[in-house]
Amino acid sequence: MIEVQHLTKRYGPTTAVDDVSFTVERGEILGFLGPNGAGKTTTMRVLTGYMPPSEGKAIVAGYDVMEQPIEAKRRTGYLPETPPLYPDMTIREYLTFVARIKGVPRAQRKARIDSLMERTRIVDLAHRQCGKLSKGYRQRVGLAQAMMQNPEVLILDEPTAGLDPKQIIETRQLVKELGGDHTVILSTHILPEVSQTCHRVVIINKGRVVAVDTPDNLTARVRGSETMFVQVDAGGADVKTALQAIPGVTQVTGGDAPGTVASFEVNSETGHDVRRDLAATIVRQGWGLLEMRPLRMSLEEIFLHLTTEEAAHE
Amino acid sequence: MSNILAIAHKELKGYFASPIAYIVVGFAAILFGQFFLGLLFFFDRSQLQAGSGFQGPQAVNVNEMLIGPLFLNVSVILLFILPLVTMRIYAEEKRSGTIELLLTSPLTDMQIVMGKFIGALVLYAAMLGISVIHVGFLFTVGNPEWRPIATGYLGMLLMGGAFLSFGLFISSLTRNQIVAGVITFAVLLMFWIVNWTASFAGTTTQAVLNYLSITGHLDDFTKGIVDTTHLVYYLSFIAFSLFLTVRSVDSERWRG
Repeated sequence: MIEVQHLTKRYGPTTAVDDVSFTVERGEILGFLGPNGAGKTTTMRVLTGYMPPSEGKAIVAGYDVMEQPIEAKRRTGYLPETPPLYPDMTIREYLTFVARIKGVPRAQRKARIDSLMERTRIVDLAHRQCGKLSKGYRQRVGLAQAMMQNPEVLILDEPTAGLDPKQIIETRQLVKELGGDHTVILSTHILPEVSQTCHRVVIINKGRVVAVDTPDNLTARVRGSETMFVQVDAGGADVKTALQAIPGVTQVTGGDAPGTVASFEVNSETGHDVRRDLAATIVRQGWGLLEMRPLRMSLEEIFLHLTTEEAAHE
Repeated sequence: MSNILAIAHKELKGYFASPIAYIVVGFAAILFGQFFLGLLFFFDRSQLQAGSGFQGPQAVNVNEMLIGPLFLNVSVILLFILPLVTMRIYAEEKRSGTIELLLTSPLTDMQIVMGKFIGALVLYAAMLGISVIHVGFLFTVGNPEWRPIATGYLGMLLMGGAFLSFGLFISSLTRNQIVAGVITFAVLLMFWIVNWTASFAGTTTQAVLNYLSITGHLDDFTKGIVDTTHLVYYLSFIAFSLFLTVRSVDSERWRG
């Protein structure tokens, strides 16, 4: 549905997006994750035909955004970071204007606008001026705008930025509902959002794609080794050495706190499940095994990990 | 075409939803009235003098002595007012980010520019429409010829269109409204006074300077003459400005 090939965008001497490639399947929700200034907005602007790429190309709904911009734009809905509202217009006037320029046939306009206002819960405010709306409502009007011509592709730039928690949940729910019928790309720098709403994640940093995968796979991939958290009541015995002797264990940290109960983090090789051996060893020594659980790296950590690692390479 | 009209309609709505339209049309009405009154008194005195046969013209013509000068005076107001109308057209869209909506909708740059131009032209026509009251008044008390009046309005529309198209272009270059307004005003003023130095220059330079003068081309229209030279001047001025605007909007994308 969306194909981005070797996309590069330079502003004078600075390269905002550097050789980015990825594809998005029909009905998929793709998360675009990266810190501020990573090139998310620039990539999205190229995809929506707002600006041309310096190199490479982007194909949206089967149309090259540079070669056939009108056809591509017809099939794309875009919510920029700041919803593009005209402050003097009421919501209904605004949506009517949007319907006109997006080519919604006159006969269908009213019904379409009504259903969108219903869906984004702004019906009560139809006659309120856009300039007088709170951030949350602006965002909803922006979403209604993006969904106007029922586009195949939706591109949402930070759709939950600046919203309160309840609105964030509502927006995520709405985005989830959109997946399946629509192909969605949404950008964010908030990690839980990605794991909650997206099927796949593209992590981008300093204009480069750092990783593309499902949220689950990313977690596994970055972990590289598996980590177990173990709490043992050994009465001060040398647990660390005993654990290190277990085959497959690469590193044991912790256990420095005074007292009889000690906590450890045990790293092991990937694919080598050491849980049975860990338990057996501890029990055989006559120690008390108080707790044992796997430590999964959160996306937050992955993100930090990936982006800081990238910086270290340079 | 429907896209152009959608943009033009939105622009007009924007003018009338904000104080801009009311201020522009309102103050233009006051100024028209003042000019009209001054010219009317002057005309009245000339008529008395012509009637008494002492000095001044032998006969007075209401078209030549009242309506023609009124158009020329009104064109001075345009020089001040129209840059205030055009300075916000693109600058405002860029500042508020709504330009992103326009540029990512299935519209061509040409449609956006034309829509904006037509919107501004309609507002200007409304402003010009105020003067119909004054001219109409003359028909009730005298019998002016309507043909020079019609061509006069045509000339005014063309000249205003030239001012607006140029202002639109300047507005597309910057996101700062003041900058857009000042540059538009200064350049239009240049086009206005460019022929003042003509009489001191050589024949060729003189011809060029006179041709460039944006108001010099209005004279004939107010006398009832529709000369293709002037038509071509105004129409090519407008077309070129709109073309530059389209290029400027396009280059904005490349520069980011």
